[in-house]
Amino acid sequence: MLQTLAVRKAQGTQYIADLRAAQPAGFRGKPLIADTACASACHACTDVCPTDAIALSPAGADAVAIDLGRCVLCGDCAPVCPSQKLGFSNDVKLCATRREGLVVTAARPDIDPVQVSAALKKRFGRSLKLRSVSAGGCNGCEMEVNAWGNVNFDLGRYGIDMVASPRHADGLVLTGPVSRNMMTALQMAWDAIPEPKLVIAVGACAISGGVFAPSDALNREFLHKYPPSLYVPGCPPHPLTFISGIMDLLGVSG
Amino acid sequence: MTDTVNATLLQPLAHCDLKAQELCSLSELLTQCGPALEAGVSLISLFGRAARTDEPAGVVVTAVLLPPGEALRVLRGHATPGQSYPSLTPRFPAAQIFERQLWEQTGLIPDGHPWLKPVRYEGARQGQMASYPFFKVRGAEVHEVAVGPIHAGVIEPGHFRFMCHGEQVHHLEIQLGYQHRGVEALLLQKPPERLTPLVESIVGDSVVAYAWAFNSALEALAKRPVSLETTASRAIGLELERLAMHLATLNGLATDIAYLQPAATYGRLRTAIINASQRACGNRFGRGWIRPGAAAPIGDTLRQDLLATLREFLPDFEQVNALMLSSRSARARFQGVGTVSTQAARDLGLTGVVARASGLGLDLRHELPGSLYSKHPLPPITQASGDCWARMKQRMAEAESSTQWLIDRLADAALNLHDTPAPYAPQVMAPSTGVAGAGASPSVTSAPAPWQLQASSLCVSLVEGVRGPVMLALETEAAGKLIHAKVQDPSSTNWFGLAFALRKQQISDFPICNKSFDLSYCGNDL
Repeated sequence: MLQTLAVRKAQGTQYIADLRAAQPAGFRGKPLIADTACASACHACTDVCPTDAIALSPAGADAVAIDLGRCVLCGDCAPVCPSQKLGFSNDVKLCATRREGLVVTAARPDIDPVQVSAALKKRFGRSLKLRSVSAGGCNGCEMEVNAWGNVNFDLGRYGIDMVASPRHADGLVLTGPVSRNMMTALQMAWDAIPEPKLVIAVGACAISGGVFAPSDALNREFLHKYPPSLYVPGCPPHPLTFISGIMDLLGVSG
Repeated sequence: MTDTVNATLLQPLAHCDLKAQELCSLSELLTQCGPALEAGVSLISLFGRAARTDEPAGVVVTAVLLPPGEALRVLRGHATPGQSYPSLTPRFPAAQIFERQLWEQTGLIPDGHPWLKPVRYEGARQGQMASYPFFKVRGAEVHEVAVGPIHAGVIEPGHFRFMCHGEQVHHLEIQLGYQHRGVEALLLQKPPERLTPLVESIVGDSVVAYAWAFNSALEALAKRPVSLETTASRAIGLELERLAMHLATLNGLATDIAYLQPAATYGRLRTAIINASQRACGNRFGRGWIRPGAAAPIGDTLRQDLLATLREFLPDFEQVNALMLSSRSARARFQGVGTVSTQAARDLGLTGVVARASGLGLDLRHELPGSLYSKHPLPPITQASGDCWARMKQRMAEAESSTQWLIDRLADAALNLHDTPAPYAPQVMAPSTGVAGAGASPSVTSAPAPWQLQASSLCVSLVEGVRGPVMLALETEAAGKLIHAKVQDPSSTNWFGLAFALRKQQISDFPICNKSFDLSYCGNDL
């Protein structure tokens, strides 16, 4: 008994009181693109990018575009840029509701902010139960999804929880690039979730295939059939990335 | 460590010049393997690839052996297409998974293999998950329970088929492959010096182990050895990763017996460790810590920060471990459940933390310590009982040992961790806000030149990750281009250990057995 109390005392209070204001130290998050000219004919950044997330447009002031749907936030592009145009901040607010909204440039440095969906707020604003399906995920996203509800992030305080059965769920959290071998099971899980329901794509793999995009072992039809209501970029996405996105989408005041 | 001089020479790496090696026949290779395995040599791997057009038609087979107290040995043989050979598995069950994989990837048939079934449904078998030829148990009161691929928690997919008589599980058959992403083929599609972000995603909870194994092989093939300081930074990243994952498993074990106090505390302690990794490399899972020729620079401020984190962590960790170990209900639930004897662990070729919990003292950091772990050894730890309790205690002991090792390394101010050249090293930094052409001279001027790899070489590289030995084997052709990449997670051999552990147990024992093994699905499926 005394031992239990001692452990409880050492545990202290761990939850982050203001999830929206939290800024994780050292996190390599949102790419920053400076408004400087690229070196002539330079493609050092696209050469090292593992997911073809960077697009260069010729001779424009807004020459470099980074697609956060593909970017794995590896940071390899920054040190190779001779113009020192690229960097990363610890900003976790990376979610968007439209796939195209995930592209940032020097002229458009922010991702489209997530707007409150009146329909989703009405239905799920006070209770959102989610079923996770890993379809080729590497266990990075899966561990971060588990962290959403831990003693630090405690997302359950807003009624957002992961549930065991798709029958109990309002939506599906998809991680992984969707391996061909998981296609059938993923479809069955989706079919078992009662209407109305939504898809949330978590991680670069789910959004675009990520580092696995060129593989012939994937089949991403599911995402074409059921476009996600929320895109959660990262590799894996920091728990606060999802949390800020879902709170904004559901209009949770926090 | 009895022989320090010899130990310093033993590297977790084998580098073969293939020009100097004549390929033997497959039967000669097997003839060499048999007596070696009989004599207690460990079979680390057995794998193959289709021959190239400039080679005789068929399959090139590679065996990787580890004789106790000696260096890694690599044997290479050639087989004709579709060739049958006498299976090693009936005599050496440890070979079962390798022979199945060899069959699935190259078509070579092990005659007499007792369960020649697909490992991961790759290639032409993709999408045929429903065709798995399960064993059947027949008789009165016999029934089967099928679970998965999707499970109740937030966890990777895999299918478990329990064959039961009443409450008792006779056998558990595990069907994997759902996570197959074609990793080995993808490793040949880009210049090798740019592959680390892909390698980091093979098993996302063992990022540092995979990145280190891969880059060691690459650096050996490129003849670009790294400094001891770079190695030290990598080892610090690795031990933090091992620590974090042991905490995740302990959290899961406490959760699975509904003991919420330690569950919450292990969760909280893991957060502190992965956040420390993030402060070192920008990511909670160690992504970016290792790049070709480089590792995260650990300056004095960061060194003090990590040290303070670990010193604060250790007493709380010891306290919650003591709580868990003193709980009579935890002991009653874990002891005597899911037992794997030392003999069974040896016969099945189990590796890593699971093997050590069954009394097999195999730890690559001790067996093949390389330059760093021979200078700063970690004591080998084992348990005797081989049950869920032993696997839990083993993880506690290994995590405490890693923490102490990290504290000792980080407390040494003379360890010059600045000295880590970083051609690809990611940095957390703001871009230049200056006007272009204003005269500021940038420190980096262009993308690094491509790495030239040694021609016709094979490098097998091993790193003791949290689950056991992670293997990356890279082979180049006559112009130095990568032609084959073999990836092996310790889970591949250990999944059968979990199946074995369930025999004569109940289905309700499965969650704690599964969590105590805590194996990787994607590591098996690749």
